[in-house]
Amino acid sequence: MRDLIKEFTKGIIKENPTFVLALGLCPTLAVSVSVANAIGMGVAATFVLLGSSVIISLVKNFIPNKIRIPCFIVIIATFVTIIELCLKAYSPVLDRALGIYVPLIVVNCIVLGRAEAFACKNNFISSFFDGLGMGVGFTLALILISAIREFLGSGQILGHTLIKGFEPVFVFGMPSGALLVIGLLLGLFNLIKSRKA
Amino acid sequence: MNIQEFLSIFISSVFIYNVILSRFLGLCPFVAISKDTKQAFAMSAAVTCVITAASIVTWLIYQFLLLPFHLAYLRTLSFVLVIAALVQLIEMVIRKTSPVLYRAFGIYLTLITTNCAVLGAAVLNIDMFFVNGKAVPGSFYYSVFQGFCMGLGYTLAMLIMSGIRERLELCNVPSALKNFPLAFIIASILSLSFMGFSGFKF
Repeated sequence: MRDLIKEFTKGIIKENPTFVLALGLCPTLAVSVSVANAIGMGVAATFVLLGSSVIISLVKNFIPNKIRIPCFIVIIATFVTIIELCLKAYSPVLDRALGIYVPLIVVNCIVLGRAEAFACKNNFISSFFDGLGMGVGFTLALILISAIREFLGSGQILGHTLIKGFEPVFVFGMPSGALLVIGLLLGLFNLIKSRKA
Repeated sequence: MNIQEFLSIFISSVFIYNVILSRFLGLCPFVAISKDTKQAFAMSAAVTCVITAASIVTWLIYQFLLLPFHLAYLRTLSFVLVIAALVQLIEMVIRKTSPVLYRAFGIYLTLITTNCAVLGAAVLNIDMFFVNGKAVPGSFYYSVFQGFCMGLGYTLAMLIMSGIRERLELCNVPSALKNFPLAFIIASILSLSFMGFSGFKF
């Protein structure tokens, strides 16, 4: 049990996919304009991570080693298609906001990275918790970035005004603001790490 | 199909919606391999080739395989597999025909399989040049041209970035900001300057 908790929590802080492993940054930057988009993207990616980790760990013994990557990609793409269709059916607004970045979860390095590094070596229960932890870590990182960007860029978070009379800095809602925020955050995490060491 | 349309595709995909600086596609190699101009150029040449080839193949598959059989929902799955196979094929052909070029591209060609710029370009082409499940007139040429232009935009951003980073090697930067963080901050400033092409919206 303790091992499972460890698998779950490592993805959140110690091996956070975004800030520590620096994986899957493309969607992180693109959808972090607002917290609502970030949560949607995080949930979609977590679903894909969970599903593909569990399935890959279950069928790992039947997959020949040489063609394992194409097999993984097919499994991942299946889950991406499921979430794509669900989004289109139940939340067209979110689907439009996330745009091409939903199909692009397929090539997100976090998903394939976990499949290759963890799910194809472990049983399905620990893969489940590993996938869940990584997904939650990814979602939290997305929420952090998007909260900073949404607050600075529009003065609101999820539609609530936090400080009255705050003049929004539009550039944070634009691509260059995303790059600046992630650059400074990565620097901050490096600083904290070096202080600790 | 007219020359004006091609010009607007060129300007919008090279400058206004630059693959890296505005759409954030293919960021990993952008920060990882942009330290040296030569390598950056090899990488972006490889990306341009693959994006163009992928645009051709994915358009044909969507038009003649997925649409007639009502399989449009298999788009993501089929495109990923086709791109992976295509990259392998290009690698084999280049290795046989031109060992010099093969050595220049090196491992970058294999890495492109998981580069989101390629799949992103394919999906964007389909989103833009198919209306209500039907190809717009000249759709094929637009798609291929847009793929090629996105490759050009990628090359442009890579070359600018590697030029800046080569000079930065000599500068004294805070240790916490070294490498990745600084690369992102530079990219942010670059992206800010590229915003001039689209104009500010208030």
